[in-house]
Amino acid sequence: MNADRLALLLWLAASAASAQGFAGLGTEAEGFAIPSPEAALTFPADHGPHPDFRIEWWYLTANLSDANGTDYGIQWTLFRSALAPFEADGWDSPQIWLGNAGLTTPEAHFAAERLARGGIGQAGVTTAPFEAWIDDWHMTSTAPSGDPLDSLSLAANGEGFAYDLTLQATRPLVPQGIDGYSVKSPEGQASYYYSQPFYEIEGTLSLPSGPVEVTGQGWLDREYSSQPLSETQDGWDWISLHLDGGEKLMGFRLRDREGAPFTSATWIAADGTPTPYPNGALTMTPLETTDVNGAPIPTQWQIDLPAQSLSLRLDALNPNSWMDLTFPYWEGPVTISGSHTGKGYLEMTGYTAP
Amino acid sequence: MRRAALAALVSHWRRQPLQFFTLIAGLALATALWSAVQAINAEARRSYAAAEGMLGLGSYETLADPAGRMPLETFARLRRAGWQVSPVLEGRALLGNQRIELLGLDFISAPQANLPGNPQLRETLSPNEIFLPPGIAFVAPDTQRALRDIAGLPHLIADTSLPPGRLVTDIAVADRILEAGGGIDSLILLKGAPDGTPGALAPQLQRFDRQSQGEISRLTDSFHLNLTAFGLLSFAVGLFIVHGTIGLAFEQRRPVFRTLRAVGLPLRELLGLLMAEIILLALLAGGLGILLGYLIAAALLPDVAATLRGLYGASIPGSLAFDPGWAASGLGVALIGALVAATHGLNSIRKMPLLASARPRAWAVASTASLRRQALAGLVLLLAGIAAPILADGLLAGFALMGGLLLGAALLLPLVLGAALSAGAALARGPVAQWFWADTRQQLPGLSLALMSLLLALATNVGVSTMVSSFRLTFTGWLDQRLVSQLYVTAPSEAEGERLRAWLAPRAEAILPIWKVDTPLYGTPGEIYGIVDHQVYRSHWPLLASSDTPWEDFYAGRGTLINEQLAYREDLSPGDSVTLGPGWTLPVSAIYSDYGNPAGQAIVHLPLLLTQHPEVPRLRHGILTEDPEGLARALHEEFGLPRANLIDNGSLKAISLQIFERTFTVTGALNVLTLSVAGFAILTALLTLSSMRLPQLAPPWALGLTRAQLARLETLRSLALAALTFALALPTGLVLAWSLLAVVNVEAFGWRLPMFLFPAQWLWLLALSLIAALLAAYLPVRRLARTDPSQFLKVFADER
Repeated sequence: MNADRLALLLWLAASAASAQGFAGLGTEAEGFAIPSPEAALTFPADHGPHPDFRIEWWYLTANLSDANGTDYGIQWTLFRSALAPFEADGWDSPQIWLGNAGLTTPEAHFAAERLARGGIGQAGVTTAPFEAWIDDWHMTSTAPSGDPLDSLSLAANGEGFAYDLTLQATRPLVPQGIDGYSVKSPEGQASYYYSQPFYEIEGTLSLPSGPVEVTGQGWLDREYSSQPLSETQDGWDWISLHLDGGEKLMGFRLRDREGAPFTSATWIAADGTPTPYPNGALTMTPLETTDVNGAPIPTQWQIDLPAQSLSLRLDALNPNSWMDLTFPYWEGPVTISGSHTGKGYLEMTGYTAP
Repeated sequence: MRRAALAALVSHWRRQPLQFFTLIAGLALATALWSAVQAINAEARRSYAAAEGMLGLGSYETLADPAGRMPLETFARLRRAGWQVSPVLEGRALLGNQRIELLGLDFISAPQANLPGNPQLRETLSPNEIFLPPGIAFVAPDTQRALRDIAGLPHLIADTSLPPGRLVTDIAVADRILEAGGGIDSLILLKGAPDGTPGALAPQLQRFDRQSQGEISRLTDSFHLNLTAFGLLSFAVGLFIVHGTIGLAFEQRRPVFRTLRAVGLPLRELLGLLMAEIILLALLAGGLGILLGYLIAAALLPDVAATLRGLYGASIPGSLAFDPGWAASGLGVALIGALVAATHGLNSIRKMPLLASARPRAWAVASTASLRRQALAGLVLLLAGIAAPILADGLLAGFALMGGLLLGAALLLPLVLGAALSAGAALARGPVAQWFWADTRQQLPGLSLALMSLLLALATNVGVSTMVSSFRLTFTGWLDQRLVSQLYVTAPSEAEGERLRAWLAPRAEAILPIWKVDTPLYGTPGEIYGIVDHQVYRSHWPLLASSDTPWEDFYAGRGTLINEQLAYREDLSPGDSVTLGPGWTLPVSAIYSDYGNPAGQAIVHLPLLLTQHPEVPRLRHGILTEDPEGLARALHEEFGLPRANLIDNGSLKAISLQIFERTFTVTGALNVLTLSVAGFAILTALLTLSSMRLPQLAPPWALGLTRAQLARLETLRSLALAALTFALALPTGLVLAWSLLAVVNVEAFGWRLPMFLFPAQWLWLLALSLIAALLAAYLPVRRLARTDPSQFLKVFADER
């Protein structure tokens, strides 16, 4: 009822970062569809919502900079959470939508959220033409042909900030895991997962100090599932990195209360060819923590993927990139040093004050 | 020494248990009256605040379509254009045999603070329970019980902060129950929403500000003010009584004080002891009074609840919570009243010469000068009260008038009674009659406090009952006139309405459309009705003021009828022009009474309304028929109309009357209570006087009047004083009633009630007050009749 609890549910389900009491949900999926390694993704149909899956998201992050070289980051996320595996018109829709938007500067971090239910037009995703929206936040296809996600216009706003950006993809979509089937735990929990990490972006950020023209690169994640969690997984650390050589790296670490973390990575060559890596290939090691909202949160990381001779250090652009929403988490841009250089995004959930 | 002094003080009460009883009872009753009113008031306010806080929608600006519900698309369209709004769906439904007010909020977008249930309760609910059918709904515990066995309802969760009869739920559940088909009544404008109206996005939406929704709370305020006025009155009566009893407690014991001082008790210690005694007594009696007040309030609260529920649709639970606030205020009244009253007594003891005679009657003989001063103060209060509504507007002025009137009259009472008694004495023939008048006059100062209480109680009684009866009479007549149709039916849609009219045309005597638009009139929410030309209106519509040919003008489209509220607010009279919308002005052809409606209202000929507002929803109809039962059944079968959409006139009238009957039950009960407290005050005063009056009674006894004759005369005296007080109370009460009807009511509700006089009620009240005087005189008179003749003789033998 309370949006806080609702958001909690949405968030926990959506981020696969379960609090202990909630772990049950992820492993059961009564009536909901289950991802299968056999089913292939089809586009543009799969850009749209899958109401028979419990959770789904359209997740875009971007590393931007202005003419002076100042770095910024933005996040645009639309979550869908289904209470029942169908969609209905009007108030009876069991689909609930949550929008999160963030904007990070070296000195400040802004965050906002929107909630809506499905069936009434306040939030949703359509495929022809492609549009994902909640209230006046939107991600709208501007592609005259080809894949609808090839070019997008993106906007969101909140207290103290707004952004309005255009995105142009320079490579095709990239499936994660095995052809888009992404395993999330040793027990086999999985999701459908594909990305578009090759966006060139330009547009305007609106900040309290005034508008700022920016350019940069963006990364869209699409993921849906009904059972992403294992009972003992209680949070995750997720990265999407743009390396200066044009390569991309997606990696995540699902922290397990009772054992070693589960990791997964996809190396994406500059031409867009993905190489998925199974559990254990990637290691993510926190180097330094920052006290954010009463909890120590790793804001400096060591990332190793020996198979690609990769040894990186990530530093948060703004260690206080705290999404202080009804259910809070950390999400912000990072700078990359070490064997490669570049910029990227880091998301961390499940870090709570002791 | 101190111990001996204490023993002496206490022994007085042991020897005079009746005095002790009257002291405690007087204080306790005054406290009870005060705290009962406070308890009811506090409870009503608290519950109301809870209900408002929960629904608190009044604190938001809203967007609404004056023509009716807006489609769901409008909400989504506005949200997508960046308008932070949250939809509200409201309606009534008959669930089982319970008439329920539904409030549907979008639990996802509504402001969290306005959602029902406490956070802990909400924590236990899963989104599936809330959003998947059958869903959940919050209701008061009583309502939860009443709806327990009804199938097809959402899971009901008890929430004590909700008023009975209201069901708050997610808009999806409300939509299902009300079959609203996605319709939305209004959109709450949330924080960050733009100013102004959405314009082209939703041209039919108008913005309603907080102020305009505050009309209802103005009504509630008025009800609370009424209760507060009663509280103040009870405070005044209570203080009079406390003052009287404490004063007596001092005077009765003057001999004891003198003796104690004479045997060497230091003044300071005596005063200290007395002070401690008073505080102790006040706390004891105050505690008793609070208990008593709680019981009274608990007994009356269901009626208060019914009153609020009926009048304002915003009801309070019929149970009473113990609130330390009003308990403390009750104790405070007892303490402060007792201390103020004691100041005078303590002061006189401080000044008392060590060897002075006891002078037990000194308090009962007030100087002419102080009587004049008191009367002057009364006159000033009276004039100030009268000046208040002339100099200022608003409810407070009305209450100032009431207060000044009552207190002024009370303070003037001794002077007026004195004059009346002097007149009586002048007319008296024969020694016994002359002694009777003279002795009565001489007793007046001792009785004056008690008589003032009686005056206040009587005047309030006359005033309030005149108001209640006037209201009832007017309202009943008005109901008979206004509810002319035998059956009222609401069609679920425009198309159904069309079909309904066609179907009814051959079956009913007449179909009277009740079509209206909600539209601002002079900047506040108002409504415009359109009516057809039918004889029932001409013969039944109650007009307060009209032009020469109101109906002719009206049906020719040359005039409009407006309700009294609008006329009062905008200062309109028949013949004036009234603006009903942009560029739409009509002369006022008549003003009609429209009781209990806070909104301004106008009626125009239906064709005119359809021209100006073609979008008016054509759903509600009044039907003239010989057989409402049969027609209702047929309508139910033919159109599948739910019973809630069919209202037959008989039950509507009964419900309305019941509401207004209950409205003043509480007032009536408090009236009786006040009167009995005043009667008790007279008893106390007479009892005390009678014990001191031996020296006055001994001479006439010695001159040949028998004890029985003396007792008869004493009874007569008590009756005469009560009758005289009543004679002054009656005009005071009538002026009070007038100020309630013509000043307070107009200020609070915007309509003035015609005043009707009920002489039979006055006779009844006179009889009541005489009975009270008789009862009060009974004990002292019986004591007098049984006084041993030797006691009379002793008067001449010693100084007692």
